[in-house]
Amino acid sequence: TPAERANLAGVRHIVLVLSGKGGVGKSTLSTELALALRHAGKRVGILDVDLCGPSIPRMLRVQDSAVHQCDSGWVPVFVGQDEAIALMSIGFLLERPDDAVVWRGPKKNALIKQFVTDVAWGELDFLIVDTPPGTSDEHISTVEALRPHQLLGAVLVTTPQ
Amino acid sequence: AEAAELRARLRAVRHTVLVLSGKGGVGKSTFSALLAHGLAADETKQVALLDIDICGPSIPKIMGLEGEQVHQSGSGWSPVYVEENLGVMSVGFLLSSPDDAVIWRGPKKNGLIKQFLRDVDWGEVDYLIVDTPPGTSDEHLSIVQYLSATRIDGAVIVTTPQEVSLQDVRKEINFCHKVKLPIIGVVENMSGFVCPKCKNESQIFPPTTGGAEKMCQNLSVSLLGKVPLDPQIGKSCDSGQSFLAEAPESPATLSYKNIIQRIQEYCEQHHLQEEKIM
Repeated sequence: TPAERANLAGVRHIVLVLSGKGGVGKSTLSTELALALRHAGKRVGILDVDLCGPSIPRMLRVQDSAVHQCDSGWVPVFVGQDEAIALMSIGFLLERPDDAVVWRGPKKNALIKQFVTDVAWGELDFLIVDTPPGTSDEHISTVEALRPHQLLGAVLVTTPQ
Repeated sequence: AEAAELRARLRAVRHTVLVLSGKGGVGKSTFSALLAHGLAADETKQVALLDIDICGPSIPKIMGLEGEQVHQSGSGWSPVYVEENLGVMSVGFLLSSPDDAVIWRGPKKNGLIKQFLRDVDWGEVDYLIVDTPPGTSDEHLSIVQYLSATRIDGAVIVTTPQEVSLQDVRKEINFCHKVKLPIIGVVENMSGFVCPKCKNESQIFPPTTGGAEKMCQNLSVSLLGKVPLDPQIGKSCDSGQSFLAEAPESPATLSYKNIIQRIQEYCEQHHLQEEKIM
């Protein structure tokens, strides 16, 4: 749809941060990558599709933020020293941070699709997509929802063992 | 009819312990494996280890069973035995190559988990330990649902000391409350590191918000114990050996053994209480 195309139309490069394994530093790397790119003068956004364990808001000290809607969709939360990194995470939608998101696949898939197509990202040089561990619903849905757009590629994170 | 089938299959299981965490990479599989080894050290006990992490099954490697296949018999699927009294089942055994990705959506994963419970011939089991993937999703909902055919003694929740982990673990604790799953307690892994050369202790993952101890106090759950980082743990896991057997003198081994004992005591007490009621 025109709306779907529009919200990611201004995004030049999309980078997925993946790992099969949990706890290797995906969210940490996604955050640092975004901050480094911002430092280099790029326009950056982060999409956190880890629905069960969204870590990015805390890492950028915005765990208490709320999100709003505008005509073109969800307005991301702006973070970082100059508040210039756009962030969307399910963490912002939880009433209480300790609430577990206990959803089966289909419900997760619906939200991920919304996150990908309904966020008003504006003009970005890089959109970093942080993912949960595994190769399941979130990953399949994210790649499917992003498919019409040009994916720069994936960065895979691991630890030595 | 399905529930009856599951009930029948699980009737011979005395105790069931789920090993959970909201967070990945905190040591669930490591702990599940060592719990299994620890309980199976008593040769009179029959122990079963079920790995329902379908995307990232670590148990075969940790138990030294990579490359093993599952055999079918008249009575169902045979678990792969590490010891005579320690049987293991994992999707890892069903893959033709360890690098094959299992890219399944929820419903297909649920189907396999149900099959594991329905079709694996565990025989008489004193302890069924279930290792889970990180998160609070299909696998977790399904295992709690399917195991309602039997009694789950409780969940052991694993974390590391830093807030980024605790954040996810609090959600897991809430998940347990939501599905009425008793919590045996919390294990704090990677809790401190003692340098083998200078013997100084460092906090590799500093507990900036009080660690598992504070979280357990706040949420009124038991802290079963803290396990320090020991590079030998990772090595043993990689080589498929029991860390408890390879490093009996390590402070981590002592911690693990104390925790395992507390879990055993909880299960036995539970059983006695139930028998009293009956």
